[in-house]
Formats: sequence, C-alpha cells, structure tokens
Amino acid sequence: MLQSFYKLQQVVKMGEIWSFVEVGPEGIEAVSLEIIGKAAELGDQSNMRTAAVLTGWGMEKIVKEVSRYPVDRVYYVEHGELAFYDPAKHANALHQLVEKEKPEIVLFGATYNGVDIAARLAIRAEAGLIAHVTYLGIDPSDGRLVGHVPGFGGGIVAVCKCRPGVLQIATVRPGVFERPIPTGHEAEIHRFSPKLHPTNGWRIVERRVAKVVDITRAEKVVVAGMGTGGELSLAKTLAQKLGAQLAVTRPLADLGLAPRDVQVGSTGVSLRSNIALILGVSGASHFVSGIRDVKTVISINIDRNAPIFQFSDYCVEADLFKLVPKIIEEFEKEGA
Amino acid sequence: MEIVVCVKVVPKVEQVRLDPITKTVDRTSAENELNDADKNAVEAALQLKDRYGSRVTVLSMGPLFFEPLLKLCVAMGADDAILLSDKAFAGADTYATSYVLAQAIKRLRPDIILCGESTSDSGTAQVPPQIAEWLGYPNISYVSHISIEDRVVVAKRTVKGGYEVVKVPLPVVMSVELGSNTPRFPDFKRKRWAEREFKITIWTANDLELDLNLTGKTGSKTEVIELHPIAPPQRLRKFLEGSEEEKARAIIKIIRESKG
Repeated sequence: MLQSFYKLQQVVKMGEIWSFVEVGPEGIEAVSLEIIGKAAELGDQSNMRTAAVLTGWGMEKIVKEVSRYPVDRVYYVEHGELAFYDPAKHANALHQLVEKEKPEIVLFGATYNGVDIAARLAIRAEAGLIAHVTYLGIDPSDGRLVGHVPGFGGGIVAVCKCRPGVLQIATVRPGVFERPIPTGHEAEIHRFSPKLHPTNGWRIVERRVAKVVDITRAEKVVVAGMGTGGELSLAKTLAQKLGAQLAVTRPLADLGLAPRDVQVGSTGVSLRSNIALILGVSGASHFVSGIRDVKTVISINIDRNAPIFQFSDYCVEADLFKLVPKIIEEFEKEGA
Repeated sequence: MEIVVCVKVVPKVEQVRLDPITKTVDRTSAENELNDADKNAVEAALQLKDRYGSRVTVLSMGPLFFEPLLKLCVAMGADDAILLSDKAFAGADTYATSYVLAQAIKRLRPDIILCGESTSDSGTAQVPPQIAEWLGYPNISYVSHISIEDRVVVAKRTVKGGYEVVKVPLPVVMSVELGSNTPRFPDFKRKRWAEREFKITIWTANDLELDLNLTGKTGSKTEVIELHPIAPPQRLRKFLEGSEEEKARAIIKIIRESKG
C-alpha cells in the first residue's frame, strides 16, 4: 500500500518533456519536428507528458499546425516583443513559462538560434545543458535524461547526464532523429503572456536568406574539396547530372564559396546518404566524422596516399579535372 | 574602447586518444593549440583595435600550461593576457566555466567581449551566450563582420541559408564565426618580447568575487558518465583501376546499383 502510494506520487511528480519549436522562412524547422518525435517516444517509455513550446507573436497558424503533431499540449508564449529574434528576450519569456509549469526536460534543435536560447535559459533556470546530442534516452534506474555527445572531432562520444534535481536541457543535432507524422487530432493549446519590457536591445536591420537544401537527408551527395581548386562549376554539373546535392569541405566554406549549411564535418553537417562522391578531399579527421553514416563512399583524389582513401569504399586515383568530365560524358551516353 | 577575447587551449583533435581501459581521454600524447575559432576571435579584436584604437585583453580559464599560447595572442597584437587558474575551477562544464569567465569580465568592465563560435574539443557553442546571460548583456553569435558606430555594434551574423545584420548597443558579447577572417602571423620582434619579457596575469579564485558552489566540478550542472570511442565504419578501400573511361563507367555503375 505504502509502496504503491509512493509510486503514484512519483508518477504525479513527473513533469513534462518540452520541445522548443523554431520557425524559419519555410515554416516549422525540420529539427523541431525531429525533437517532437523523439520527445513523444521518450514520453511513452517513461510515462511523461509532452509539450511543444513556441515563443513569438502572430503565430496562430503555425501553433495550430504544431498541435497536430504527437504532443499532449502546445504552449504558445505570446508577446509583441517576441516578434523578432533576440536571444535574451526569448530566453527570458521561456524562463517565465518554465517557472510556472516546471517541466522536467526541455529539448532544442542545435541551430544557430536554438543554441543561443537554450544556453541563456540554462543560466536563468540553473539547469543542466547537454550539447548537440546524437542519442537521447531516459535511464530507467533514476529517470534521468541520457545524452550522447560526440567530441574531439567525432572520434569519441561522451555519455552525459544532468545533475539530479535540476531542469534538464539538451540541444539535438539536426538530421539525427526521424520526423513524426501528424496524429490526425489537435492537442490543447495553452497561451502564456510573459512580462517583458521594451528594450533597445536587438535590431535586425538587414536579412538575406535563401532556401536551404537539407543535405543531411539527401540520397546522393557530391562533396567538393580543395582539390577542386575552389572551382565548383564542374562539381555542380556532375551533381545535377547525377541528381545529387552538392556539399563542400570546411576550407571551401571558409572561403565563402558555399554556405555553412552544406559544409560536411564536425563543424558542419553529417551526411546519411546512400552515396557520397568525394572530389579532391584530403580526409582530415574533422571532415571524415561527417561521412561516418554514408552507406557507400567513392573518392577521387590525385594522390594515391591521400588519407581519404582509408575512409572510402571505392578509391579512384585520378585527376578529377579529367575524370569528372568523363563521368558526365559516360552518364549522358548511357542516358539517365 | 576595451575588448576582452575569451580563448581556450585545446588538444589537437586528431592526436587525442581514448585509453581503452580507463576510458579517459589521454591528452598527454596530443599537442596543444589555440582553438581554431578563437584565433578568428583574436583577429576580429585586433582588426577593431587597428580601426578604433581599442585595447585588447585575452582571457582564458585553465591550467598554467596555457601560458605559451596566450603569449602567442600577445605576439599577434593583444595588449594583455589574463589566465584564470585555480583548482577550484577544474572539471567545469559550460555553466561553471561561463560563471567564472563572467566574474572576471565584471572586474575588467570591457565594452565588447569576443569568443570563438565554439571549441574543437567539445564544440558546444554555449559559453558565449551563457557569459552574456550572467552579465545581463545581449549576445550575437556566428558573427563574420563587426563595425561600431556611436557605441552601437553593427554585426553581420550567419544564419541558416544566409545572414542577418544586427544592431546592438554596447556592451555586447559576440561569438566570431570559424574561418570568417585570416588570423595574422605574430610579428617576429613582438613574439620575442612576448616570450621573454611579457608577464601573463594569473588570477586565482581569491582575485575574483566568487560563489565557490558555482565553480568547477562542484558548480557544474552536468556530468560525464563515461566516454566511448566511436569505431570508424568498415570501408572496402577498393581501388578502381583502368583507363579513365573504365573508371568513369565503374563509378556510374556503383552509383546506379546503390539505388536499390
């Protein structure tokens, strides 16, 4: 009797798992859906309720859309001061809701903005923050969140937990978890008005964003490295012919030849494609961690001793400026 | 204008080994270097110094073996270097690290705090916004260009698919994007001076106003349960030989067959 009462108390005490939802120019961010899916799974396993949380202004349509995904409720933190991005304001507003509802776990996508807000919230809430996880679970022995964090260029993974009794926050690496499908019904929506004072803090005076190809989900990827001499047109043509996405290495992204969104490696994105055709990449450790999950790796390099061949299924020692036009030619000959 | 640049010394990632028995990171075999993105942060600070005549102080938390690499920053052109070194700071996660850095920054009262976007060893990118939160300052992350007009920072920051330009009044914390500039080489004479004559200021816990319950391992809100090596995936490593045409056809065949 006493034991079952204790158990019941534990169940009641259990807080919620929250997923912080970000909205980009193309609607709900993919990683936000990915964490909603993961939270639903963790909620089922550990008997915890789940919620999606949005901070902003004039987001009725998006809030409704989010409510159709597998969450028990949606919190909409609504304020005119949140119409634009300012990490301090969004973290402050979110913290007010955290104080009121006392969730157990808050998940964020490890995005440019998600990391900012998560980091600031962690200080405000005196919370533990596990960074950029590639695995999430609940330890059944103590009910604590377990996150796997790849470190040191991706060669080592750290199994991390938050200290007992603190709010547990994790940022999740995009492209790792599956997106859930809508449930067919709508979760209840709770509106919350935070107290925020107008400040002359952040002001975005210019913004330019193009549609981003999510290369973490691409089936085929052509990766261009320094061996291309930074001349991407050949790699682009090849990618188009093969129906592949074009990605680059860090030095090419550093030179501004391609956006960071298509840079492969530990400081960029990880590929999970069926095929990666790698052109003129030497194979530094921070790069190869980004092709770990590729099914078949084909590399073309002029140097037979290039380290990249250690990490390739098919190694082709060749001058890519001669071989790539040949591949395009042969591909056209055979017909698509 | 006062600028503080927070930097970290990290082991060369490719030289770090995980001891298979003790499951601890063996850093002894790895050479140390200044974290890549932090070099970009130092360069960004020095460019502001060149343009606006600012004073640049390099700040780091860590053991005394960080000193030579802090001297390198001074050789590049930084005016001063401070190392926060105390047993009470050891084993800190980002919560406890950002707290100690923020307390040191409070003592220095700079207008601008720069950091690298993230470190190559743990790569959390959390410390810059966390420092800002402790100080109650705004933060701008992934900054690739900075200018200052009438005590207002105009910063270009990378976002998904492009960039935005943000205006924020000083003081502000910014994280500088990796690869956004080319860090300068140290001047030869200045390097000799930094190595032989320049003295790094060491601050221990006694030099700062600190709640020791918030520092080091005690103050950390997270814990590492264990470390695992990630086994590299098994690859065929098969060389395709023959004429260029044969190689091209072989590649196409592999790509076509992977579809199914």
